[in-house]
Amino acid sequence: MRTTTPRQDLMRGVWRENPVLVQALGLCPALAVTNTVANSLAMGLATFFVLLGSSVLISSFRRWVPGEVRISTYILVIATFVSVADMTLAAVVPDIHKALGAFIALIVVNCMILGRQEAFASKNTVARAALDAIGTGTGFLIALTMMGAFREILGAGTFLGVSLFGPGFEPWVIMILPPGGFLTLGVILLLLAAVEQRRVRRRAMKQDPTPLRRAA
Amino acid sequence: MTGGHMHGGGAPPPPGERASSGRLLVTLGGAGAVAGGLIVLVFAATSPAIEAHRAERLDNAIREVLRGPDRYDTLYVTGTQVSVDANPDAERVYLGRDASGRPTGFAIVSGAPGFADVIEVIFGYDPTTETLLGMKVLESKETPGLGDRIEKDTAWVGQFVGVVSPLEPVKAGRGTGKPTEVDLITGATISSRTVVRIINDALARLGPALDPNGGTPP
Repeated sequence: MRTTTPRQDLMRGVWRENPVLVQALGLCPALAVTNTVANSLAMGLATFFVLLGSSVLISSFRRWVPGEVRISTYILVIATFVSVADMTLAAVVPDIHKALGAFIALIVVNCMILGRQEAFASKNTVARAALDAIGTGTGFLIALTMMGAFREILGAGTFLGVSLFGPGFEPWVIMILPPGGFLTLGVILLLLAAVEQRRVRRRAMKQDPTPLRRAA
Repeated sequence: MTGGHMHGGGAPPPPGERASSGRLLVTLGGAGAVAGGLIVLVFAATSPAIEAHRAERLDNAIREVLRGPDRYDTLYVTGTQVSVDANPDAERVYLGRDASGRPTGFAIVSGAPGFADVIEVIFGYDPTTETLLGMKVLESKETPGLGDRIEKDTAWVGQFVGVVSPLEPVKAGRGTGKPTEVDLITGATISSRTVVRIINDALARLGPALDPNGGTPP
Protein backbone atom coordinates (compact mmCIF):
# COMPACT_ATOMS: atom_id res chain seq x y z
CA MET A 1 0.00 0.00 0.00
CA ARG A 2 2.92 2.31 -0.67
CA THR A 3 1.57 5.59 -1.93
CA THR A 4 4.65 7.77 -1.69
CA THR A 5 8.20 7.45 -2.97
CA PRO A 6 11.18 7.51 -0.54
CA ARG A 7 12.01 10.94 -1.92
CA GLN A 8 8.55 12.18 -0.99
CA ASP A 9 8.83 10.63 2.47
CA LEU A 10 12.03 12.56 2.99
CA MET A 11 11.17 15.89 1.39
CA ARG A 12 7.58 16.23 2.54
CA GLY A 13 8.43 17.47 6.04
CA VAL A 14 11.25 19.75 4.94
CA TRP A 15 9.13 22.31 3.17
CA ARG A 16 5.69 21.47 1.76
CA GLU A 17 4.47 20.06 5.10
CA ASN A 18 6.96 21.89 7.29
CA PRO A 19 5.95 21.16 10.91
CA VAL A 20 6.22 24.75 12.13
CA LEU A 21 5.56 26.87 9.05
CA VAL A 22 2.78 24.79 7.50
CA GLN A 23 1.35 22.46 10.13
CA ALA A 24 1.89 24.92 13.02
CA LEU A 25 3.13 22.14 15.32
CA GLY A 26 5.84 22.46 17.95
CA LEU A 27 5.22 26.18 18.31
CA CYS A 28 6.16 26.32 22.00
CA PRO A 29 9.91 25.82 21.41
CA ALA A 30 9.69 27.68 18.09
CA LEU A 31 8.50 30.78 19.94
CA ALA A 32 10.38 30.36 23.20
CA VAL A 33 14.01 29.55 22.40
CA THR A 34 14.56 31.15 18.99
CA ASN A 35 15.97 34.39 20.43
CA THR A 36 19.45 33.48 19.17
CA VAL A 37 20.72 31.38 16.27
CA ALA A 38 22.82 29.20 18.60
CA ASN A 39 19.81 28.34 20.77
CA SER A 40 17.68 27.63 17.68
CA LEU A 41 20.30 25.29 16.24
CA ALA A 42 20.72 23.42 19.54
CA MET A 43 16.97 23.07 19.99
CA GLY A 44 16.53 21.98 16.37
CA LEU A 45 19.29 19.38 16.60
CA ALA A 46 18.10 18.01 19.95
CA THR A 47 14.57 17.65 18.57
CA PHE A 48 15.93 16.07 15.38
CA PHE A 49 17.77 13.47 17.47
CA VAL A 50 14.72 12.67 19.60
CA LEU A 51 12.43 12.44 16.56
CA LEU A 52 14.76 10.20 14.57
CA GLY A 53 15.51 7.90 17.51
CA SER A 54 11.86 7.58 18.49
CA SER A 55 10.63 6.99 14.94
CA VAL A 56 13.17 4.25 14.26
CA LEU A 57 12.50 2.50 17.57
CA ILE A 58 8.73 2.76 17.41
CA SER A 59 8.64 1.63 13.81
CA SER A 60 10.86 -1.37 14.68
CA PHE A 61 8.52 -2.50 17.45
CA ARG A 62 5.26 -1.49 15.78
CA ARG A 63 4.03 -5.10 15.43
CA TRP A 64 4.41 -5.87 19.12
CA VAL A 65 2.89 -2.79 20.72
CA PRO A 66 -0.83 -3.31 21.35
CA GLY A 67 -3.04 -0.36 20.39
CA GLU A 68 -4.30 0.02 23.95
CA VAL A 69 -0.90 1.02 25.31
CA ARG A 70 0.61 2.62 22.22
CA ILE A 71 0.37 6.24 23.41
CA SER A 72 1.99 5.39 26.78
CA THR A 73 4.71 3.43 25.00
CA TYR A 74 5.41 6.27 22.52
CA ILE A 75 5.66 8.83 25.32
CA LEU A 76 7.98 6.51 27.26
CA VAL A 77 10.26 6.11 24.24
CA ILE A 78 10.23 9.85 23.47
CA ALA A 79 10.89 10.77 27.12
CA THR A 80 13.84 8.40 27.20
CA PHE A 81 15.45 10.00 24.15
CA VAL A 82 14.79 13.45 25.63
CA SER A 83 16.52 12.49 28.88
CA VAL A 84 19.49 11.18 26.89
CA ALA A 85 19.64 14.42 24.85
CA ASP A 86 19.28 16.54 27.99
CA MET A 87 22.16 14.86 29.84
CA THR A 88 24.35 14.75 26.74
CA LEU A 89 23.90 18.49 26.08
CA ALA A 90 24.62 19.26 29.74
CA ALA A 91 27.83 17.25 29.55
CA VAL A 92 29.05 18.44 26.13
CA VAL A 93 27.77 22.03 25.66
CA PRO A 94 26.89 23.27 29.18
CA ASP A 95 26.43 26.91 28.12
CA ILE A 96 23.82 26.09 25.51
CA HIS A 97 22.16 23.65 27.89
CA LYS A 98 21.92 26.46 30.43
CA ALA A 99 20.45 28.86 27.86
CA LEU A 100 17.76 26.39 26.76
CA GLY A 101 16.80 25.63 30.35
CA ALA A 102 13.51 23.81 30.80
CA PHE A 103 12.74 23.72 27.08
CA ILE A 104 14.89 20.64 26.49
CA ALA A 105 12.80 18.61 28.92
CA LEU A 106 9.69 19.99 27.20
CA ILE A 107 10.65 18.28 23.92
CA VAL A 108 8.75 15.33 25.46
CA VAL A 109 5.48 17.16 24.88
CA ASN A 110 6.34 18.50 21.43
CA CYS A 111 3.24 17.36 19.54
CA MET A 112 5.20 17.25 16.28
CA ILE A 113 7.14 14.23 17.60
CA LEU A 114 4.17 12.31 18.99
CA GLY A 115 2.27 13.23 15.82
CA ARG A 116 4.85 11.59 13.55
CA GLN A 117 4.80 8.42 15.68
CA GLU A 118 1.03 8.13 15.63
CA ALA A 119 0.58 9.20 12.00
CA PHE A 120 3.59 7.58 10.35
CA ALA A 121 6.23 5.61 12.25
CA SER A 122 3.72 3.21 13.85
CA LYS A 123 2.34 2.28 10.41
CA ASN A 124 5.41 2.15 8.16
CA THR A 125 8.72 0.34 7.71
CA VAL A 126 11.79 1.42 9.63
CA ALA A 127 13.45 2.88 6.53
CA ARG A 128 10.43 4.98 5.62
CA ALA A 129 9.96 6.08 9.24
CA ALA A 130 13.62 7.16 9.34
CA LEU A 131 13.28 9.15 6.10
CA ASP A 132 10.12 10.80 7.39
CA ALA A 133 11.81 11.69 10.70
CA ILE A 134 14.89 13.09 8.94
CA GLY A 135 12.70 15.23 6.69
CA THR A 136 10.44 16.48 9.46
CA GLY A 137 13.38 17.09 11.81
CA THR A 138 15.18 19.05 9.10
CA GLY A 139 12.07 21.11 8.43
CA PHE A 140 11.83 21.92 12.14
CA LEU A 141 15.52 22.83 12.25
CA ILE A 142 15.16 25.10 9.19
CA ALA A 143 12.11 26.86 10.62
CA LEU A 144 13.77 27.45 14.00
CA THR A 145 17.00 28.67 12.45
CA MET A 146 15.11 31.11 10.19
CA MET A 147 13.32 32.52 13.21
CA GLY A 148 16.51 32.60 15.26
CA ALA A 149 18.42 34.49 12.56
CA PHE A 150 15.61 37.01 12.05
CA ARG A 151 15.28 37.66 15.78
CA GLU A 152 18.98 37.74 16.66
CA ILE A 153 19.91 40.04 13.77
CA LEU A 154 17.16 42.56 14.54
CA GLY A 155 16.99 42.14 18.31
CA ALA A 156 20.68 42.02 19.16
CA GLY A 157 22.43 43.11 15.95
CA THR A 158 24.48 39.91 15.93
CA PHE A 159 24.57 36.60 14.09
CA LEU A 160 25.83 33.62 16.12
CA GLY A 161 27.17 36.20 18.57
CA VAL A 162 29.20 38.09 15.94
CA SER A 163 28.32 41.79 15.79
CA LEU A 164 27.00 42.78 12.36
CA PHE A 165 26.33 46.48 12.45
CA GLY A 166 28.95 47.88 14.81
CA PRO A 167 28.35 49.93 17.95
CA GLY A 168 26.04 52.47 16.23
CA PHE A 169 23.22 49.91 15.95
CA GLU A 170 20.38 50.28 18.44
CA PRO A 171 19.05 46.73 18.91
CA TRP A 172 15.36 46.20 18.47
CA VAL A 173 15.11 44.50 21.85
CA ILE A 174 11.49 43.40 21.50
CA MET A 175 12.57 40.89 18.86
CA ILE A 176 14.48 38.77 21.39
CA LEU A 177 11.71 39.13 23.98
CA PRO A 178 8.69 36.77 23.90
CA PRO A 179 6.53 39.11 21.75
CA GLY A 180 9.29 39.06 19.13
CA GLY A 181 8.69 35.33 18.68
CA PHE A 182 5.06 35.94 17.73
CA LEU A 183 5.95 38.90 15.48
CA THR A 184 8.63 36.86 13.72
CA LEU A 185 6.43 33.82 13.18
CA GLY A 186 3.65 36.08 11.88
CA VAL A 187 5.94 37.86 9.43
CA ILE A 188 7.46 34.60 8.15
CA LEU A 189 4.03 32.96 7.72
CA LEU A 190 2.80 36.09 5.90
CA LEU A 191 5.74 36.06 3.49
CA LEU A 192 5.36 32.33 2.80
CA ALA A 193 1.63 32.74 2.20
CA ALA A 194 2.30 35.60 -0.23
CA VAL A 195 4.85 33.51 -2.15
CA GLU A 196 2.50 30.53 -2.24
CA GLN A 197 -0.42 32.65 -3.45
CA ARG A 198 1.66 34.13 -6.25
CA ARG A 199 2.82 30.64 -7.27
CA VAL A 200 -0.73 29.32 -7.41
CA ARG A 201 -1.88 32.31 -9.45
CA ARG A 202 1.00 31.90 -11.92
CA ARG A 203 0.28 28.25 -12.38
CA ALA A 204 -3.38 28.96 -13.01
CA MET A 205 -2.45 31.59 -15.58
CA LYS A 206 -0.13 29.19 -17.35
CA GLN A 207 -2.74 26.47 -17.62
CA ASP A 208 -5.44 28.80 -18.68
CA PRO A 209 -4.30 32.26 -19.69
CA THR A 210 -7.80 33.59 -20.34
CA PRO A 211 -9.83 32.59 -17.32
CA LEU A 212 -12.05 35.63 -17.44
CA ARG A 213 -13.14 35.26 -21.04
CA ARG A 214 -13.92 31.58 -20.57
CA ALA A 215 -15.94 32.21 -17.48
CA ALA A 216 -17.99 34.77 -19.34
CA MET B 1 -10.62 -8.58 32.75
CA THR B 2 -9.66 -7.01 29.49
CA GLY B 3 -8.08 -3.95 31.03
CA GLY B 4 -10.69 -1.67 29.48
CA HIS B 5 -9.64 1.20 31.72
CA MET B 6 -6.19 1.15 30.15
CA HIS B 7 -7.25 2.34 26.71
CA GLY B 8 -4.88 4.99 25.48
CA GLY B 9 -7.59 7.11 23.89
CA GLY B 10 -8.78 7.27 20.31
CA ALA B 11 -11.15 4.77 18.76
CA PRO B 12 -11.67 1.50 20.62
CA PRO B 13 -9.92 -1.46 19.00
CA PRO B 14 -12.06 -3.67 16.81
CA PRO B 15 -13.69 -6.56 18.69
CA GLY B 16 -11.74 -9.80 18.76
CA GLU B 17 -8.39 -7.99 18.49
CA ARG B 18 -8.11 -6.99 22.13
CA ALA B 19 -4.75 -7.66 23.67
CA SER B 20 -4.81 -9.49 26.99
CA SER B 21 -4.08 -7.58 30.19
CA GLY B 22 -0.94 -9.66 30.57
CA ARG B 23 0.36 -8.59 27.20
CA LEU B 24 -0.32 -4.93 27.94
CA LEU B 25 1.56 -5.24 31.22
CA VAL B 26 4.50 -7.01 29.58
CA THR B 27 4.70 -4.38 26.83
CA LEU B 28 4.63 -1.42 29.17
CA GLY B 29 6.81 -3.11 31.77
CA GLY B 30 9.39 -4.12 29.18
CA ALA B 31 9.47 -0.68 27.60
CA GLY B 32 9.82 0.88 31.06
CA ALA B 33 12.66 -1.42 32.02
CA VAL B 34 14.58 -0.74 28.80
CA ALA B 35 13.99 3.01 29.10
CA GLY B 36 15.05 3.05 32.73
CA GLY B 37 18.18 1.05 32.00
CA LEU B 38 19.17 3.36 29.16
CA ILE B 39 18.64 6.50 31.22
CA VAL B 40 20.71 5.12 34.11
CA LEU B 41 23.54 4.22 31.69
CA VAL B 42 23.61 7.68 30.12
CA PHE B 43 23.37 9.31 33.54
CA ALA B 44 26.38 7.34 34.75
CA ALA B 45 28.30 8.23 31.61
CA THR B 46 27.55 11.97 31.65
CA SER B 47 27.35 12.89 35.35
CA PRO B 48 31.14 13.18 35.90
CA ALA B 49 31.37 15.70 33.04
CA ILE B 50 28.29 17.60 34.25
CA GLU B 51 29.66 17.73 37.79
CA ALA B 52 33.07 18.86 36.47
CA HIS B 53 31.46 21.69 34.46
CA ARG B 54 29.59 22.87 37.54
CA ALA B 55 32.73 22.80 39.68
CA GLU B 56 34.73 24.55 36.96
CA ARG B 57 32.14 27.31 36.61
CA LEU B 58 32.19 27.90 40.38
CA ASP B 59 36.00 27.82 40.47
CA ASN B 60 36.25 30.36 37.64
CA ALA B 61 33.70 32.59 39.33
CA ILE B 62 35.51 32.44 42.70
CA ARG B 63 38.79 33.41 41.06
CA GLU B 64 37.10 36.18 39.10
CA VAL B 65 35.37 37.88 42.04
CA LEU B 66 38.47 37.52 44.24
CA ARG B 67 40.45 39.12 41.39
CA GLY B 68 42.84 36.26 40.77
CA PRO B 69 43.97 35.02 44.19
CA ASP B 70 47.03 32.80 44.42
CA ARG B 71 44.81 30.13 45.99
CA TYR B 72 41.67 29.95 48.08
CA ASP B 73 40.36 27.90 51.01
CA THR B 74 36.80 26.69 51.47
CA LEU B 75 35.40 27.65 54.88
CA TYR B 76 32.18 26.51 56.51
CA VAL B 77 30.07 29.03 58.40
CA THR B 78 27.41 28.12 60.97
CA GLY B 79 26.08 31.15 62.81
CA THR B 80 29.22 33.06 63.76
CA GLN B 81 31.39 29.94 63.78
CA VAL B 82 33.84 29.51 60.92
CA SER B 83 35.47 26.14 60.42
CA VAL B 84 37.69 24.50 57.84
CA ASP B 85 36.03 21.12 58.47
CA ALA B 86 33.64 20.06 55.75
CA ASN B 87 30.06 20.31 56.97
CA PRO B 88 27.19 19.80 54.54
CA ASP B 89 24.79 21.88 56.67
CA ALA B 90 27.01 24.93 56.89
CA GLU B 91 27.15 27.79 54.41
CA ARG B 92 30.32 27.79 52.33
CA VAL B 93 32.51 30.82 51.79
CA TYR B 94 35.81 30.91 49.94
CA LEU B 95 38.79 32.76 51.41
CA GLY B 96 41.29 33.98 48.85
CA ARG B 97 44.96 34.28 49.71
CA ASP B 98 47.84 35.99 47.94
CA ALA B 99 51.22 34.37 47.21
CA SER B 100 52.44 34.96 50.78
CA GLY B 101 49.31 33.36 52.22
CA ARG B 102 47.74 36.64 53.40
CA PRO B 103 43.94 36.68 53.12
CA THR B 104 42.68 38.95 50.33
CA GLY B 105 38.93 38.57 50.76
CA PHE B 106 35.98 36.23 50.86
CA ALA B 107 33.93 34.96 47.93
CA ILE B 108 30.30 34.47 48.97
CA VAL B 109 27.53 32.70 47.03
CA SER B 110 23.97 33.73 47.74
CA GLY B 111 20.60 33.94 46.01
CA ALA B 112 17.04 35.27 46.16
CA PRO B 113 14.00 35.27 43.89
CA GLY B 114 14.31 37.90 41.17
CA PHE B 115 11.83 38.81 38.43
CA ALA B 116 11.84 35.26 37.06
CA ASP B 117 13.08 32.42 39.24
CA VAL B 118 15.99 32.61 41.68
CA ILE B 119 18.99 34.81 40.94
CA GLU B 120 22.22 33.37 42.32
CA VAL B 121 25.24 35.61 42.55
CA ILE B 122 28.79 35.28 43.82
CA PHE B 123 30.68 38.31 45.08
CA GLY B 124 34.07 39.03 46.54
CA TYR B 125 34.24 40.98 49.83
CA ASP B 126 37.15 42.43 51.73
CA PRO B 127 36.16 42.72 55.42
CA THR B 128 39.09 44.98 56.41
CA THR B 129 37.90 47.80 54.12
CA GLU B 130 34.26 46.60 53.91
CA THR B 131 34.41 46.93 50.14
CA LEU B 132 33.32 44.58 47.39
CA LEU B 133 35.93 43.10 45.08
CA GLY B 134 33.54 42.14 42.31
CA MET B 135 30.23 40.45 41.50
CA LYS B 136 29.17 37.79 39.02
CA VAL B 137 25.74 36.27 38.38
CA LEU B 138 25.95 32.48 38.59
CA GLU B 139 22.36 31.58 37.79
CA SER B 140 19.44 33.63 36.49
CA LYS B 141 16.48 33.32 34.15
CA GLU B 142 15.84 37.06 33.96
CA THR B 143 14.19 38.52 30.84
CA PRO B 144 16.54 38.44 27.85
CA GLY B 145 17.47 41.97 26.77
CA LEU B 146 16.23 43.60 29.99
CA GLY B 147 16.74 41.69 33.24
CA ASP B 148 19.69 39.73 31.92
CA ARG B 149 21.68 42.97 31.83
CA ILE B 150 22.50 42.17 35.47
CA GLU B 151 24.96 39.64 34.05
CA LYS B 152 25.64 40.94 30.53
CA ASP B 153 26.02 44.70 31.09
CA THR B 154 29.73 44.98 31.87
CA ALA B 155 29.45 48.62 32.97
CA TRP B 156 26.82 47.67 35.53
CA VAL B 157 28.71 44.63 36.78
CA GLY B 158 31.84 46.78 37.00
CA GLN B 159 30.16 49.09 39.55
CA PHE B 160 30.50 46.38 42.17
CA VAL B 161 34.28 46.62 42.16
CA GLY B 162 35.26 48.84 45.09
CA VAL B 163 31.75 49.73 46.27
CA VAL B 164 31.45 50.02 50.06
CA SER B 165 29.05 47.87 52.11
CA PRO B 166 26.16 48.20 52.89
CA LEU B 167 25.15 49.00 49.34
CA GLU B 168 22.55 51.66 48.56
CA PRO B 169 20.54 51.16 45.38
CA VAL B 170 19.84 54.45 43.55
CA LYS B 171 18.03 55.23 40.31
CA ALA B 172 20.42 55.48 37.38
CA GLY B 173 21.82 59.00 37.19
CA ARG B 174 20.35 60.09 40.56
CA GLY B 175 23.42 59.14 42.59
CA THR B 176 25.24 61.69 44.74
CA GLY B 177 28.64 60.07 44.35
CA LYS B 178 28.68 58.25 47.69
CA PRO B 179 30.98 55.17 47.69
CA THR B 180 28.07 52.95 48.79
CA GLU B 181 25.82 53.76 45.84
CA VAL B 182 24.93 51.29 43.11
CA ASP B 183 22.98 52.56 40.08
CA LEU B 184 19.93 50.44 39.24
CA ILE B 185 19.21 49.50 35.62
CA THR B 186 16.34 51.28 33.90
CA GLY B 187 14.00 48.56 32.63
CA ALA B 188 15.46 46.01 35.02
CA THR B 189 14.73 47.67 38.34
CA ILE B 190 13.53 44.49 40.06
CA SER B 191 16.43 42.36 38.82
CA SER B 192 19.12 44.91 39.67
CA ARG B 193 17.58 45.76 43.04
CA THR B 194 17.48 42.02 43.83
CA VAL B 195 21.22 41.68 43.20
CA VAL B 196 21.93 44.55 45.61
CA ARG B 197 19.58 43.03 48.19
CA ILE B 198 21.18 39.58 47.87
CA ILE B 199 24.60 41.09 48.64
CA ASN B 200 23.36 43.21 51.56
CA ASP B 201 21.45 40.26 53.06
CA ALA B 202 24.41 37.91 52.69
CA LEU B 203 26.75 40.38 54.36
CA ALA B 204 24.26 41.04 57.17
CA ARG B 205 24.03 37.29 57.70
CA LEU B 206 27.69 36.34 57.31
CA GLY B 207 29.46 39.61 58.12
CA PRO B 208 29.80 38.97 61.89
CA ALA B 209 31.48 35.62 61.20
CA LEU B 210 33.98 36.93 58.66
CA ASP B 211 37.15 37.81 60.51
CA PRO B 212 39.19 40.48 58.71
CA ASN B 213 42.26 38.33 59.29
CA GLY B 214 40.68 35.35 57.61
CA GLY B 215 39.85 33.35 60.73
CA THR B 216 42.09 30.86 62.38
CA PRO B 217 44.45 29.30 59.86
CA PRO B 218 44.28 25.53 59.74
